[in-house]
Amino acid sequence: MQKATKVLIILFLIFVISIFYISLNRDTSYNTSSLINKELPEFEISFFNEKKFYKNNDLKKNNYTLINFWASWCAPCRTEHPILMKLSQEKNLKIFGVNFKDKKIHADQFLKELGNPYAFIGKDINGKQSVRFGIYGIPESILINKNLLIMKKFVGPLSSDDLSQIVEIIN
Amino acid sequence: MKFKLFLILFVLYSQSIFSEEKKIDPNSIHKNLRCLVCQGQTISDSNSDFAQTIKLVVKDLINEGKTEEEIYSFMSDKYGEWIVFKPELNMHNSLLWILPYIALIFGGFFIFGLIKKRQ
Repeated sequence: MQKATKVLIILFLIFVISIFYISLNRDTSYNTSSLINKELPEFEISFFNEKKFYKNNDLKKNNYTLINFWASWCAPCRTEHPILMKLSQEKNLKIFGVNFKDKKIHADQFLKELGNPYAFIGKDINGKQSVRFGIYGIPESILINKNLLIMKKFVGPLSSDDLSQIVEIIN
Repeated sequence: MKFKLFLILFVLYSQSIFSEEKKIDPNSIHKNLRCLVCQGQTISDSNSDFAQTIKLVVKDLINEGKTEEEIYSFMSDKYGEWIVFKPELNMHNSLLWILPYIALIFGGFFIFGLIKKRQ
């Protein structure tokens, strides 16, 4: 009985240490890989300037679309803007800008100052539509193809590496 | 007369039960959702921009008639299972759910064995 108790205690200790080891080494950071090849959720984002809505079907017309969530108050959005300007010159890609929790006057000023890379712009005043895309901070960008399948999601400002990746995917 | 009175009371009582069932407390949902941009806070505790938006979306989903489970499923679909504090039972976390019961049963046997041996 004493031997069995010792074995049980040792097994229990090994189990506890293993659980700690696995848990402490697990990457809990937000991972977007599970979104790849998933279909874009149904959405209804209002036009920036008119009382109309962009819906999923509107994006089927483009070979590739980069949905970029941005705001004039977002400093990292300024950082990524030159990358978006470069991407706007790609023939195979259209950029759909979603202005997030912003004031129109400030957003207009932002685009006037830094240039407008967007083929079309929508607005999400209270951020509720962005939840459908799994957005929790901006800037975030989602690259989709003609079939509205997600090719890649970028959390944070786009970098030059991201630019190369996008160009490689769309060409 | 008594039967009619009983019937009226029964209908009123059952209506009140069903209406209670339909009510979902948004705060209980907020307490089970993790604020992804905060340090270990729930959506209920947080005043962050993200938490405010999630509260609005939860309210909309309740108004659409979604159940609590459907709301968690919606959030997990968008942000991963990490957003829910109490995850649903599945293949990956089955051990987490089952282990306490196994430990309880084995512990029970162990204590039972010890007591029997002493006697």
